[in-house]
Formats: sequence, C-alpha cells, structure tokens
Amino acid sequence: MDAFLNQVFAGLATGGIYASVALALVMIYQTTHLVNFAQGEIAMFSTYLAWTLIDAGMPYWIAFFLTVGIAFVLGALIERIIVRPVEQAPVLSVVVVFIGLLVIFNSLAGWMFTYTIKVFPSPFPKEPVHVGTHFFSSHELGAVGVTLVLLALLYAFFRFTPLGLAMRAVAQNAESSRLVGIRVGRMLALGWGLAAAIGAVAGMMVAPTVYLDPNMMSGILLYAFAAALVGGIDSPGGAVLGGFLVGVLENLLGAYVIGNELKLSFALVLIIVVLLVRPSGLFGKIHVTRV
Amino acid sequence: MKPGSKPVALTPPASAWSRQPRMLIPAALLLASCALPFVMNNYHTFQLTLVLVYAIALLGLNILTGYNGQISLGHGAFYAIGAYVAAILMDKFGVPYWLTVPVAGVVCLAAGFLFGLPALRLEGVYLALATFALGVSMPQLLKSRHLESWTGGVQGIVIAKPDPPFGLPLNQDQWLYFFTLAVAVAMFVLGWNLLRGRVGRSLIAIRDQPIAAEAMGVHNALYKSLAFGVSAMYTGVAGALGAIAVQFVAPDSFTIFLSITLLVGIVIGGLASISGAVYGAIFIQFVPNIADQISKAAPWAIYGVFLIGFMYLMPAGVAGAIRLAWARIRRMAADTRQDSG
Amino acid sequence: MSTRSLFISATVIAGLVLGATTALAQKKYDPGASDTEIKIGNILPYSGPASAYGTIGKAAGAYFKKINDEGGINGRKINFISVDDGYSPPKTVEMARRLVEQDQVLLIFNSLGTPSNSAIHKYMNAKKVPQLFVATGANKWNDPKNFPWTMGWQPNYETEAAIYAKHILQTKPDAKIAILYQNDDYGKDYLKGFEDGLGAKAGMIVAKASYETSDPTVDAQIAQLQGSGANVFFNVTTPKFAAMAIRRAYDIGWKPVQYLNNISASIGSVLVPAGLEKSVGLISTQYLKDSLDSAWANDKGMKDWYAFMAKYYPDGNLKDASNVYGYAVAQTLVQVLKQCGDNLTRENVMKQAANLRDFQPDVMLPGIKINTSPTNFAPIQAEQLVRFDGKQYIRFGEVVGK
Repeated sequence: MDAFLNQVFAGLATGGIYASVALALVMIYQTTHLVNFAQGEIAMFSTYLAWTLIDAGMPYWIAFFLTVGIAFVLGALIERIIVRPVEQAPVLSVVVVFIGLLVIFNSLAGWMFTYTIKVFPSPFPKEPVHVGTHFFSSHELGAVGVTLVLLALLYAFFRFTPLGLAMRAVAQNAESSRLVGIRVGRMLALGWGLAAAIGAVAGMMVAPTVYLDPNMMSGILLYAFAAALVGGIDSPGGAVLGGFLVGVLENLLGAYVIGNELKLSFALVLIIVVLLVRPSGLFGKIHVTRV
Repeated sequence: MKPGSKPVALTPPASAWSRQPRMLIPAALLLASCALPFVMNNYHTFQLTLVLVYAIALLGLNILTGYNGQISLGHGAFYAIGAYVAAILMDKFGVPYWLTVPVAGVVCLAAGFLFGLPALRLEGVYLALATFALGVSMPQLLKSRHLESWTGGVQGIVIAKPDPPFGLPLNQDQWLYFFTLAVAVAMFVLGWNLLRGRVGRSLIAIRDQPIAAEAMGVHNALYKSLAFGVSAMYTGVAGALGAIAVQFVAPDSFTIFLSITLLVGIVIGGLASISGAVYGAIFIQFVPNIADQISKAAPWAIYGVFLIGFMYLMPAGVAGAIRLAWARIRRMAADTRQDSG
Repeated sequence: MSTRSLFISATVIAGLVLGATTALAQKKYDPGASDTEIKIGNILPYSGPASAYGTIGKAAGAYFKKINDEGGINGRKINFISVDDGYSPPKTVEMARRLVEQDQVLLIFNSLGTPSNSAIHKYMNAKKVPQLFVATGANKWNDPKNFPWTMGWQPNYETEAAIYAKHILQTKPDAKIAILYQNDDYGKDYLKGFEDGLGAKAGMIVAKASYETSDPTVDAQIAQLQGSGANVFFNVTTPKFAAMAIRRAYDIGWKPVQYLNNISASIGSVLVPAGLEKSVGLISTQYLKDSLDSAWANDKGMKDWYAFMAKYYPDGNLKDASNVYGYAVAQTLVQVLKQCGDNLTRENVMKQAANLRDFQPDVMLPGIKINTSPTNFAPIQAEQLVRFDGKQYIRFGEVVGK
C-alpha cells in the first residue's frame, strides 16, 4: 500500500508539471484554435532568460515577474511578426511555421547557453513535507499551488472580464467579432502573450525539478499535449486535471502493469481509447456543426 | 455583334503547346534522372537515392493528409515498420532484397488499414495526437525486450548491400539508385492513376465536405481507412528502400523527428500534389545540409528560418507556387493572344 | 684510375645518392594527407537528444588549433572537419560518406554513439578508412581480426560494470542490488557487464528500472527501487538523469551504497547540481582527472588544460568533463599522427594507432596509460576506483585492468 501511494504521489508531482504546460497549450488553443508546438521551447527559452537574470544577481521574485513580462511581450511580438503573415494560410502551413519556431528556439538556446545542465533555484523552502512516510518536496507542492492559482486567474479572466469575453469571441468567430467592433488582431496578440507568460511560469516551476537544459521541454510537451487533449482542449480545468491524470497513470502503469519500457506507449494508447469513447476529451465541449 | 468590336472568347483555345508540357516535363525529368548517376560521384548518387525514398514516403503521406485531410504526425512509424520488415527478412530469412520491398508494402498496407479503423472516430487535433502517439511509441516498441530477438533491440540490424544483377557494369550505388528509381516511377504512376480517378475525387470530397460526400454515396469509412492503408503502404515501401540504401536499421533511426520531417516535407512540397512529393523530398534531404554550411553554431535555427520563409513566400508549398506561376503565365499568354486576335 | 673504375665509382656514388634521396623523399600519402595538411573527419550529435556531447568536438577542434599554432604535426596543419548527425544513424551514414568520398578525409576520428558507429562500421572497413578512437564504450570496437580499421578509446562499459560487481562481491556479499539504467545500448551494455560480473550471484539484483531520455524525471523509478528494499544502488545514467537520481534518492531518505557510471561522475556537471552533500560516499571509476577535483589544483597537466581552455575554447564549460575527454582523445590522435612521420597512409595510421606504448595524455590519472597492439584495440583498459567525500574523489584500491 505504501509503495502504491508513493507512486501515486510521485505521479501527482510529475502531473503538476504536465498540467502547467498543458495550461499554456490550452490558452493558445482557446485564442487561436491552433496547437502551438513551439510552446515548450518558448517556455524553456524564457526560463533561460530568468536564469541569466538570477545568475547576474537579481533576486528571485523580481527576476520571476520580469521574465513573465518579457515572455508576454515576446509572445505578442511572435504573433504580430511571425504568425500574422501566415494567418490566412492553410492550417498545416501554420503548423510548419510553429515547427520552424520550435527548432529556432531550441537551437538558439543550445548555442547561447550550451547543453550542460544548469541548476534553477526554487523559491520554496528546501525542507520536504512529510505526510506519514511519504515525501513531498516543498517545491513540488508549491509548483502545483502556483498552477492552481494560475488556473483560477485564467478562469476568472475568461468568465468575468470583458477582455476575456472578447478573446473567446474571437476564437469562436473572428469575422463576427470584427463586426461588433472587437480588435481581432489585438486579441490574438494578447492571447499569444498570455500563453507565453503562462509557459514562462510553467518553465520556471518545472526547471528546479528537471534541471535546465535546452531539451528540457521536449519530453514534457508530449505529455502536456496528451493531457490537454484528454481533459478537453478547450477546457483549462480539464487540462490541469488531465495533467495529473496522465502523471499518475504513467507511474502506475510503469510500476505495476507494463514496466518502464513500454509505459509511455501504453499510456498513450489508453488516452486514445478515452478519446474514442469521448472524442472531445473528458471535459471538452462537444461541437455541433450545422451542415 | 456590332462591327468593329472584338470577339469575346470565353476560354482561351487549348492550343497544342499548352497541353504538352504536362507530359513533356516528367518525361524529360525521367531521362535526366537516368543520366545523373553517371555524372556524379557515388556520394551524390546515394543522396539522390535518399531523395527518391523520401519522395515515395511523402507521396504516401500526401495521399492521406493532402488529398484526404487526415493529419498524421506518426508516419515515421510506418516507415520504420517497412524498414524493419526488409531488414528482418534479409537478415534472418535470407530473402533477396527486391522481394522485401513488396512484402514491406503489403505489411504496411494491413497495418495502416488497421490503424485507420479506430482512427475514424478522431478528427483534427485528436487524430494528430493519436498518430503522434504512434510515432512516439515506435522506437520504444522496437527496443523492447519482447521483440528483441527479432529486431536486434537497441543494437539494430546491419544489412548487406545488394550487387547489381546479371553482371551489369554498374557499381552498387548506381544499381541501388536505378532500382529505387524504378520502384519510385511505378509508385508514382500508380498514385497518379489512383488520384485522378474516382478514388481521388472521393478522397478529396471526404476532405472538403464529408457530410455531403456521404450523402452522395461515398462510403466515408471505407475510403478513409483505405486511405490510411494505401498511405502506409507507400511509406512502408519507402522505409524498405531506405533501409537497403543505408544498410542499417536501429530504433534511433525512426524517432518522432522523422514523422515531423515527413509532415514538413509534404507541406513545403505542396499538399494534394504529386510533384509536391519530389520538391518536399529535395527540401528535407538537402536543406539541413545547407543550413549546416551556413551556420555551424546554430544550424537548426537556420533550418527553422527556411521553414518560416518558405511558408511566407509559398503558403501552398512549392507545387502550389509553381501552379500559380504557371496559371499566371498562361493567362498572360491568353491575354496577348486575345489582344492580337 | 682507369676510366672504367672511374665510371664504376661514379655509378655507385650516383646510385647511393639517388637511393638516399628516394629514401628521404619516402613521403606516402593517402587521400586527406599532403605536404601541408592532414584532413580529419569527425561526426558528433551537435543537435538532438545527445547534443550535450557536442562540446567534445569543440574541445578537440580547439586542441587541434593549438597544435596548428605551435607548428602542426611534422610541419603539417590539421584540417578538422566536424559534422552533425543528430544521433540519427542514417544521417551518420550520409555524413561518413560525405567525409570519405567528398571531403576526402584521411580518417574519421571520435565519432560518437553506438548506433551511429554501428551504422558505418562495415562501410569504413570496406572502404579501408580508419574509424579511430570511437566515442563509445561498447565491446565490439575491439575486434582487430574482423574489423581492422575500427578502434575504440575509452574503457568499455562492460569492463567497468564488472569492476563494480567485483567490488560488491568483495565488500558486501549479502547485498541487495537495485539498478537504474537508460534504456538504450549504453545502458544495456552496463547491465550485461554487471550481471556477467556477478556471475552466479546475479540473484543479488532485486530490482531493475529503466528510463527513456524523453522521461522528464526518474522519481517514479527511484521510488520503485527504494520499494524493493535494496541497499546497493547501481546508477547507470547520463549526466542529467544521474543528477536527478542522486538528489531524489537522498531526498526520499534512501541511503544505499551507490555506484555511479563514470560517464556521469563529473563533479561540475553532475554532483554540484545534485548537491555535493547528497553525493557523499558515491563510488565510481576514473581514468581522467576531474577539472574540479582539488587534488589536481597544482597539477601541471590540469593547469595546462585550464590555460588551453582559456585561450582556445573560452566558451567551453570548465566544469564539463566532456571537455577534458575531448582534450585527451585529441592528444592521443596527435601522438598517432606524429608517430606516422611522413608515411601518412591510412594503413600506417592504423599501424601506429596499434602501436601506442605507455602513452599518457597529461590529463589522465597517474597509473593509467594507453597501450595498443595489433591484437589489442582497446587503448584504455585500466580504471581506478574512487569514492567521493563531499569535496573530491579519493582514490582507493589499485588500478584495475592493464
């Protein structure tokens, strides 16, 4: 029982990592109806920026918020300069642009910061939290907390603010939104900026656990993608829940069912089975289109 | 008609020369490609063989994604299956190399069809994830203990290089090039026939207006699964040929990066276009090398810039851009003919 | 003297002079070598999952530049052509063919990765081009009879694992062993060597857990291993995962006797990120000096290395053991080329590579030397067991292996 709970808790901890990145993916999707494959690399790059600031002596929280701000601007700029010109192109062409962004950021990070792993500090206390015989690192708990706070903020933003409403409208129907006076371009840039900011937070929460290196996000992105989809690509809450689900599922499969070698494949197969039963994900909205 | 007014032609008359380029250009290219191995060194011949292999794989993916609208981020898996079928047959069963290629095709046809069946329920992003899962799992499956005795596990399988038959005066690289070229031509002709006929039209109809297509009597489920199967068959054949050319298969050769590269290839080359497969193959084979020459420090950043640049200039891919340019030329020619007539 | 004897002596003298000059002008070149340069090819994963090792090529390249600045090898400059294969075997094949057939290099040096090298193994031997000092520890590179053109350099993984197995049998014969290993050729090589080393006592292994390089953490695996009740932990991980494993094991309160594979034993790249206090008691083997080890603070070889890095590779990470590795293997190649003299044929390169006697790069541990012979293509076979005390590695026991 003990070992089982250990696995569950370890799964929740990694699940927290997936949840935060999945949130960034959902953010972009809610704004643009596109899955941004470069999300992980932009998050990683922002984390490197934070690391540079902290390494130069800046206190953690100042560097943290400054990085979030820079990431916001970076995201908005990318939307304006790189994504806007191909907006009208077929979906797959935009996907290729995202792939291009992915390799650019990855390569730049490797060139500017080398591939040796770097330690990224955690703002949370070093002493672990013990619940019975189970070990929780304070950082992992803190990171999950930050993710939940972000989730609450996002929910409130989309639900209760006019700006959030405008963004949702643009994602649903850009043409009509333009007709009622919403500045579509501005909303898109805002959406990208927010997604990049969330990604930066995710990166800074993840890095202390997995160490900072240019390939930090590539493994995580896959899980985050799966998590976002299983929870429902247009539901932030679903994405977070999906993240935890995927984390725990992966651990339990690895420990008790199929062994570590095939646990990733198995987890993905299970997710696909879920999608076959509920094609929009667990909490996603079912889209009905008129013929 | 009032005297003195110009007659209005509704469509420019199809003059003889505007029809012929369609046949002339591929024939000329074929002739040129036959001559190439004799003017290049073996290394370049080897690279061209790889371009042909990619072209077959890209045509396969294009059938599924370009013509039928089903996105696949996992076609590297079918490429891997084809490659391993060829390797295992040659290494463990002593099957001659030329026989492994059709066997790989058949195996992948079945595999693709079987995958396509459950995939029917999934659309868009969700299908992307399912295929992504396939692409990511393949190296793991290949490495796993359970299949190790067949696949050689992480060590992979080394394949012997085939010799030219009947004592032809060619070296191994040149022979392999011609063999691959022959298979490529056969596959392209097959694909062209398939796509310009009823099957092609059904696939495109399903892509654009699935409900209307069903209402018109197109059996959506059957065609979609078949599209998966045929697409996988093409990619499997390419995988087998690729394995023979490289003479080595290992799980590391078939990571998710391969699947993404194939997707990039068809988009850059041009979706729903047969010639696009060739342009895309040239791009994915040579542009990374070019990027490496431009910048040793961050070559993949240069590659990314190329990707984005191509998408700006040619959102419909190279084939799309050529089509547009050709249409423009024809329009200008028709206008001048009209003016002078 | 008669005209006849004059004629004879003249012929003899002419013959001698002619013979002497031809003996002096006994320069023999294969493609890639000339009076002015030696072209050396290198294939590394500068991109992709193994890109951390790209720095080896940069360090080696910097070293060759230093040699060129100092006059080159026997007056010839080294032209080092290093290309990226992204750790993808088909790309390695393409790059090897490019280097051999287009760039016409004399040899390919220090190509990295077991699958990558396996892919070009047959090709290099068929083309009779040296595949020298490959950067992997697999066993198969020491096979001069079947593959006379391929030679490894670093101590092979199986031998290292057997050293740990033997040590456990000697010091803790009732141990319960847990193993964490990377699920690829290198991890499985270590696993095999370890199990073979335990021999009949392989039953001492109570738990094995593998991970993929795409896994974000190894926390789940460490939890599994702890749950098995093992008191000895064999840690077969690459640097990033080694740091994670060491840290996690300590944090969850699992304190086994830990053996760490030497490719991840770097103080700067692994133990510092893991936490020095969490790495106390780690056992590993070494054959190169660690750049952060205070034992070498005043060592001439280490000081030379620091000076070299400052001048020729200032962007290089001084804490990364790969940079010491690159320096040492480059020195070995320079020694081989020096031994070739003016006979720069590929055959002679292999002959000289198989003729290294007690050669010791100055960053190698004292007591460990490079020796090769026509039947022994494993240059480094000796290793030293070391234990980390929180600040430096303390050598204990004797040098194991030849």
